[in-house]
Amino acid sequence: MNEQTTTLDATQKLHFYQKGTFTVGNRLVSDERRAVQASTDRSNALTCGHRACQGCGEALGARYAMDAAMRATGGNVIAVNATGCLEVFTTPYPETSWQTPWLHSLFGNAAAVATGVAAAMRVKGRSEVRAIAQGGDGGTTDIGFGCLSGMFERNDDVLYICYDNEGYMNTGVQRSSATPPGARTATTPAMGPEPGNVFGTGKSVPKIAVAHGIPYVATATVADLHDLERKVMRAMGIHGARYLQIHVPCPLGWGSASHDTIRLARLAVECGLFPLFEAEHGVVTSSQKIRRRVPVDDYLKPQRRFAHLFSTEEGRERIGRLQGLADRNIAEYHLLEAEGDA
Amino acid sequence: MLKQIEGSRAMAEAIGLCRPEVICAYPITPQTHIVEGLGEMARTGEIKNCEFINVESEFAALSVAIGASAAGARAYTATASQGLLYMAEAVYNASGLGLPIVMTLGNRAIGAPINIWNDHSDAMAVCDSGWMQLFAETNQEAADLHIQAFRLAEELSMPVMVCVDGFILTHAVEQVDIPEQADVDAYLPSYEPVQVLDPKDPISIGAMVGPDAFTEVRYLQHYKQTLALRLIPEYAADFKSRFGRDSGGLLRSYRADDAELIVVAMGSVNGTIKDTIDEMRADGLSVGLVTLVSFRPFPTEALREKLVRARNVVVIEKSLAVGMGGPLANNVDLALRNVAGAPQVHSVIAGLGGRPITRTSLHRVLRRALVQPWEGSHFLDLNEEIVAKELHYVRKVRRSGPTAENLLRRLGQAADEAAVKTAV
Repeated sequence: MNEQTTTLDATQKLHFYQKGTFTVGNRLVSDERRAVQASTDRSNALTCGHRACQGCGEALGARYAMDAAMRATGGNVIAVNATGCLEVFTTPYPETSWQTPWLHSLFGNAAAVATGVAAAMRVKGRSEVRAIAQGGDGGTTDIGFGCLSGMFERNDDVLYICYDNEGYMNTGVQRSSATPPGARTATTPAMGPEPGNVFGTGKSVPKIAVAHGIPYVATATVADLHDLERKVMRAMGIHGARYLQIHVPCPLGWGSASHDTIRLARLAVECGLFPLFEAEHGVVTSSQKIRRRVPVDDYLKPQRRFAHLFSTEEGRERIGRLQGLADRNIAEYHLLEAEGDA
Repeated sequence: MLKQIEGSRAMAEAIGLCRPEVICAYPITPQTHIVEGLGEMARTGEIKNCEFINVESEFAALSVAIGASAAGARAYTATASQGLLYMAEAVYNASGLGLPIVMTLGNRAIGAPINIWNDHSDAMAVCDSGWMQLFAETNQEAADLHIQAFRLAEELSMPVMVCVDGFILTHAVEQVDIPEQADVDAYLPSYEPVQVLDPKDPISIGAMVGPDAFTEVRYLQHYKQTLALRLIPEYAADFKSRFGRDSGGLLRSYRADDAELIVVAMGSVNGTIKDTIDEMRADGLSVGLVTLVSFRPFPTEALREKLVRARNVVVIEKSLAVGMGGPLANNVDLALRNVAGAPQVHSVIAGLGGRPITRTSLHRVLRRALVQPWEGSHFLDLNEEIVAKELHYVRKVRRSGPTAENLLRRLGQAADEAAVKTAV
């Protein structure tokens, strides 16, 4: 066994186990082989010990987004959280996983509370301290939508991050306006002539954000954390209202294996159902090309919330409609090289 | 400085003297002139170092104030009626988090039927939300209470609602003595938060609390309001020593020490009641008044002390707890609970939706209380004729239609008939 193999074995056995801001993970590994998690410079806004489910996409997304924001601002971040999974699993009284000042007020007001934080920082002459609002899709695209739009329209200096797991997972997996058509939830059961969620018009809050003409809008995924971090860094380099929607698979709500979180996040992008793009001042400036296009079946099949679609003729027809939505995204955002260049 | 000034403007100027750092504005009648005044003062630089934020709803208005207050800024907003209900969730949140926000409530009825005029239904709807509630009798007091409210809120780190009667105070032009900046600065220290969001010392605020500590958190909210029972008179006394006038305090009494019958009321109606009492006293009737300034905390002991020697207490209030009666009367009852030989409490519901409370009507109801007190609630100046007609109609016709519109039609018919008679 050569030395390198030994080191790798040691790495495999290590847990990235952290307390406070002192990182003790993989310290036995040589510096250049250490993962980014091991860096003592890592801001580590969201520490271990929180109570997210195994394979939670939101915990992963929140941690990378907040850490990137901390790096971008030298740690000068105040986080506001809407009610929801992220709020509940990070702060079971009297414990907290947040290493940054953090405020939870209500379900539907995170954007407005963050506006207040930003205003206070301006008036106190501390505009280097930046406000970030966070919420799930329910807290963002449904109940918090009024406050979100108000914050956009005033162009308040707030980055709003929506962790989109496509439903009300904290209350037991109910439908939100971000739930995809056809998906089974507790309030859209796979029963009757129209099983699962309705095929409505859809509600793309990233597009609505773009329509507000705010300085920066982006979508990101936990399948590409470097891209996610880059977008957060970009957002923090801009003043005014900014919106980032991160697609975060939810093993509990989607009926998927916890080890499939990253895979599903990637498949959502590669099939075209979750387009990755950036926009500035109302204009889409870039989109991430799909490297290996897959049919929506590949993304839907590992999720039990879509299982009913695969068992009937009508279900197959609905999968066809979902494929149509993916195709529309691919055309609209030029997600394929050939189309983009054409 | 003495000014002939609209109530809303006087309040805006007093609030401006408190050096608010974040003001959230959303229009709703009848508080709108207050935030308009503040917006103007923030623009002209009359209020320095202040963020004036026009928001998209009352829910956002108080939410912005919550964020600002938690981040260490002195935060203010104003609302009324439907707006207060629209922000109700944030009202409870601000007090639960212990944030010393000051909010003006331009008291107005709650719909349906939609009504923009004054009563106290809005304040009563959130009276148990953990906010302190102070009721102003005059525009001078409305202005002064705001200055005391910031001090009280920040000392206890609890929010305060200053309740001012819509239109009657907010839109009335009266003489008001606007304090000098230096005097307000001496009275009101700068805001030192007990909890603040700061990256230099990160804390989490707003964690989920289970059965293990929720009762204690609530108890401490309640306990803080009991502390306010001591602080409110103390700050009113300090205010008097610096500004030379009585404003605020828990309650005030008027010709009540020897009175056989004592009226209890809140807000601007107290002026009319005092005039009525003077006239009744001139007729040799033993009547007095206790004006409640602080409804939350409710000054149970101070009120008991004032009422206990009377034979009858008449509570005149601009609110109705449907299915129960008068909420203020209910609270006054509480002050006399378990007191041997306590006076009888009689409830008068008056002035709902802006109906004027006249001296004539007050004379009638108070004279009746002296000779023939009643049980339950008396609805002052209730138009019993159209009520009876409507009840008769509803019994007869299943699809009787909407109540409010039926009553308006009956009023219209009555007016037409009267006009015809006059013409003939």
